Amino acid sequence: MTKLLEWVSVLSAFVAVWYSLVAGYVKHPMIEKNMTLVIVSPLIFVILFGLYAVSVILYRVFTFNNCEDAAKELQEEIKEARRDLQEKGLRW
Amino acid sequence: MAATALDSEITKSDKYSILLPTYNERENLPIIIWLIVKCLDTSGYDYEVIIIDDGSPDGTQDIAKQLQKIYGSNKIILRPREKKLGLGTAYIHGMKHATGNFIIIMDADLSHHPKFIPKFIELQREHDLDVVSGTRYKDDGGVHGWDFKRKLISRTANFITQMLLRPGASDLTGSFRLYKKDVLQKLIDSCVSKGYVFQMEMIIRARQLDYTIGEVPITFVDRVYGESKLGGSEIIQFAKALLYLFATT
Repeated sequence: MTKLLEWVSVLSAFVAVWYSLVAGYVKHPMIEKNMTLVIVSPLIFVILFGLYAVSVILYRVFTFNNCEDAAKELQEEIKEARRDLQEKGLRW
Repeated sequence: MAATALDSEITKSDKYSILLPTYNERENLPIIIWLIVKCLDTSGYDYEVIIIDDGSPDGTQDIAKQLQKIYGSNKIILRPREKKLGLGTAYIHGMKHATGNFIIIMDADLSHHPKFIPKFIELQREHDLDVVSGTRYKDDGGVHGWDFKRKLISRTANFITQMLLRPGASDLTGSFRLYKKDVLQKLIDSCVSKGYVFQMEMIIRARQLDYTIGEVPITFVDRVYGESKLGGSEIIQFAKALLYLFATT
């Protein structure tokens, strides 16, 4: 099964459950009392997920390792390499 | 004791062929070769470097020949091509001449440091992995020389990709990896995309074909010499490849 089909099947399952509640196929006083909440629940879910995504991404941007030491070490090694290669007779 | 003796017999025959595709890297090539020799000679692993230059007009090949004289033609192997023909075919071309049973691919622009190669090899041996990928996104991995915007784009693209493809590896667009030779051959045969999204497809195909993948955190020092590229066209290329893999794998 492709990833697209996995997404489609999981989404259809959610839509089926949601629609059966909204259209009244499943009846329960709790559902009728909170009908507005049931109707907007997909929107709430999308918003919550969006907030989650934005916070995770921003957290990872701000904690992205800058590798200052690796850059400094490389600069030193470049100098050393140039000296050594010159001695070995490289012309460039 | 018997087991360890046998292990060392097997590992003794392991050879690592490092493929270095180059295009206008005359400044970087001597330094990356020097670093590879420095890092691998001390580790004692058997290796060779195969330089695949795509007809650079800046004299990269002349430098490569000089390096071959310095380090020997058993260590440095030159397999140039006439013109720029793309990364996937460069690997195929290099692999044809590789005598090792493992292939290491890395960039020649000094963003990948050879000091991580022994770590790749150790991890591979520990778990008999098919693929070991360097990752900028985990633990001590990271990137030097990226501004906020670049980091944001990179992290966002990575988040979306992880969500849609669940690839089992954290760095999909990196190109610092170790492969078993036959595995790399099979992966290249099954890949359709060109350019840098090719690296992403390789890991996705590896997952699809049930190959085992390990990861080593690496530090990525963005181009010391020359320009680093990330434009609108790269982002569109990436999005297309992502959707293609999402719908087909």
